[in-house]
Amino acid sequence: MSHAATAHDHDHDHHDHKPPFFQRWFMSTNHKDIGTLYLIFSLAMLFIGGAMALVIRAELWQPGLQFVDPHFFNQMTTVHALVMVFGAVMPGFVGFANWMIPLMVGAPDMALPRMNNWSFWILPFAFTILLSSFFVPGGAPASGWTLYAPLTIQGGMSVDMGIVAIHMMGISSIMGAINVIVTVLNMRAPGMTLMKMPMFVWTWLITAFLLIAVMPVFAGAVTMLLTDRHFGTAFFNPAGGGDPVLYQHIFWFFGHPEVYIMILPAFGIISHIIPTFARKPLFGYSSMVFATAAIAFLSFIVWAHHMFTVGMPLQGELFFMYATMLISVPTGVKVFNWVTTMWRGSMTFETPMLYAIGVVFLFTLGGLSGLMLAITPADFQYHDTYFVVAHFHYVLFSGAVMAMMGGAFFWLPKWTGHMYNETLGKIHFWLTAIFFNITFFPQHFLGLAGMPRRYADYPVQFTEFNQISSFGAFGLGLSQILFVYIIVATVRGGKKATAEVWEKPEGLEWTVPSPAPFHTFDEPPVVK
Amino acid sequence: MSAHSKDHYFVPDSSAYPFLCSIALFFIAMGGASFLNGYAIGPTLFSIGMLGMGCLLFIWFRKVIIESPDYNMDVDKSFRMGMTWFIFSEVMFFAAFFGALYYLRMLAVPWLAETELLWPGFEATWPSTGPQGAELLGGVAPTATSIAEGTEYALIDPWHLPLYNTLILLASSVTLTIAHHALRANQRKQLIIWLAITVALGAIFLFFQAEEYIEAYTELGLTMGTGVYGSTFFMLTGFHGFHVCLGAFILLVVLIRCMRGHFTPERHFVFEAGAWYWHFVDTVWVGLFIFVYIL
Repeated sequence: MSHAATAHDHDHDHHDHKPPFFQRWFMSTNHKDIGTLYLIFSLAMLFIGGAMALVIRAELWQPGLQFVDPHFFNQMTTVHALVMVFGAVMPGFVGFANWMIPLMVGAPDMALPRMNNWSFWILPFAFTILLSSFFVPGGAPASGWTLYAPLTIQGGMSVDMGIVAIHMMGISSIMGAINVIVTVLNMRAPGMTLMKMPMFVWTWLITAFLLIAVMPVFAGAVTMLLTDRHFGTAFFNPAGGGDPVLYQHIFWFFGHPEVYIMILPAFGIISHIIPTFARKPLFGYSSMVFATAAIAFLSFIVWAHHMFTVGMPLQGELFFMYATMLISVPTGVKVFNWVTTMWRGSMTFETPMLYAIGVVFLFTLGGLSGLMLAITPADFQYHDTYFVVAHFHYVLFSGAVMAMMGGAFFWLPKWTGHMYNETLGKIHFWLTAIFFNITFFPQHFLGLAGMPRRYADYPVQFTEFNQISSFGAFGLGLSQILFVYIIVATVRGGKKATAEVWEKPEGLEWTVPSPAPFHTFDEPPVVK
Repeated sequence: MSAHSKDHYFVPDSSAYPFLCSIALFFIAMGGASFLNGYAIGPTLFSIGMLGMGCLLFIWFRKVIIESPDYNMDVDKSFRMGMTWFIFSEVMFFAAFFGALYYLRMLAVPWLAETELLWPGFEATWPSTGPQGAELLGGVAPTATSIAEGTEYALIDPWHLPLYNTLILLASSVTLTIAHHALRANQRKQLIIWLAITVALGAIFLFFQAEEYIEAYTELGLTMGTGVYGSTFFMLTGFHGFHVCLGAFILLVVLIRCMRGHFTPERHFVFEAGAWYWHFVDTVWVGLFIFVYIL
């Protein structure tokens, strides 16, 4: 088993023994299989959460109440967000981390393989609890994904189910993050110094730090909710000296770094795709690293920009406004570096590159609307309107999710050993990008005109934009069936991929055969 | 990969424990949520889950102990880093509750008092139970009826049990360090004696803590429902007590393993991990003693 960095493309199966089905997929200690499990789980959650989004958009097709009652509508907005954040985006990136980090740093596996499998298997059970809360009396949590007190103090059993599910997701995330940090810090191949690490590894190292720092804080917040609900404490109850705003502070101390947990790995993926198809090294590597670290640091001191209208002292409003605006500096550095990487490159536009360019362009739009929201006096107008909804879907869908789609096309040949269908890939990109903009761009206008979020009904003057948005949403949802088709077709067959897959890509993952053998780097490669 | 050797990083074979532990966790979570909402099945589910988790962790750790001769220094380093980051996550967990305490005490209660329209006549003090909470008595103990009605409460004297507990925990950190030095010097008898003293001190701490809680509930009228003061008091000291339980249990297991001749002067990761954890709960206690009891 010492064929680490040699590129013999086939016939490695006989010394690449894979365990039988149940043992392989339920008892795995293999980072590639666990990565695959994470990615499949994430894709399933994308469809479950997406179906909920379509219920929302169907109801908002026209004013008045058509399909669902307002309480169920609120359950849809709440669980859609929880499923997408904790079920689709975060596990998706952990799947990428599992697959790629050991390959990128030249490690035989993740540092703590059994714990790795536990991190994964907690998730299906946690989401079973969260999703089964639809069937308890009173239905699923309907407070919005932020679970603000006092609404959640009053809710039924589903709130408790949400809380225990969140505790489980937290345990999973913390264990996963510890695994990533330890793998990156302890398992790098000889010669791979920190400043030679691939960007994806760097962004995940910092993401993992954020996860360990803030998931326990979220656990603390929901624990206080639980004791307020059942054990008579008064943390969020003014009659006992508490304050519901305290919940918001603790929640967003978690919630804002969480935003970067969901976008930093996307930045990492983009930083691999663009240099590959521009055929130039990444421009400003070290500034990329420092920008990532700066974003992570700043993410801890901006949380109250989610709460400008809650009634904070003026000094607080000003501090959080300026601190928030400061984040656009390191983010700008990143966008500048990506664009400069493309400058005078020998560019080709395969599907991953289309996604990467789409992300850079659309994420930047989301960043700019974020800058608008950061302006305290302006935010008083935008707060809790569809402008906010448009903003965070630009950063989370066209940032995080589209980066994952690009990453999937980029590494799919490495994972499966087959090339995907390029034409279908490009069609999927254009369908996704166009329908995404049809869905969410009009929501900027709705928000600026004053349409509040999380309502099942709206005044008649908002109808046209809502219909455009709903049309786009169904198009966006249906387009994803093509995504699943392409993936299944690529897993089953297609043109054989070479070890390099693309033209002279950089990184250790391209030195192993495609598909990557069950075990890689038993002998650590040497990085010069 | 079937034959493990110390030249290679130890990658374990496939294992059913993580999947089974997830099922146990599912039972614990569902049992807890059903119990809190009055479903009779709750305690049963919860107990099955806890029992299953206990058994699974026992056999999982047993497996790790059996495997441990195959671990090279890189694996050892991974474990050390993993434990360090786990303790960091615990620090952040306590930070949330300390943050809540500071926010409530320094901001929320004064703001409530400033808002004359809402609660006229309410004055900001600490300890506070809010505008509708129990009344604080100084010097005298509340009567049995006022305790039952939750209208009056008194404070715990920090210079009695809490002070003893502070000294006990600080002493236990010292005895644990002596035990560690003994282990490194390969003085097994000394190791076992000082480690046993540490575990005993932890047990005494927990006994006093239980005593204090009983006194608070039965004689002082101080409960979790005593406004934000009671909430923060019991949340912080309760989670700390739970962590002391865990730490003492870890050290007890380490003690049993020491008595069975495990660990060498060079390699004793679990001892050190347990010791780090113990020093961590010790440090949290010092913070509690200052900010919850004294100030």
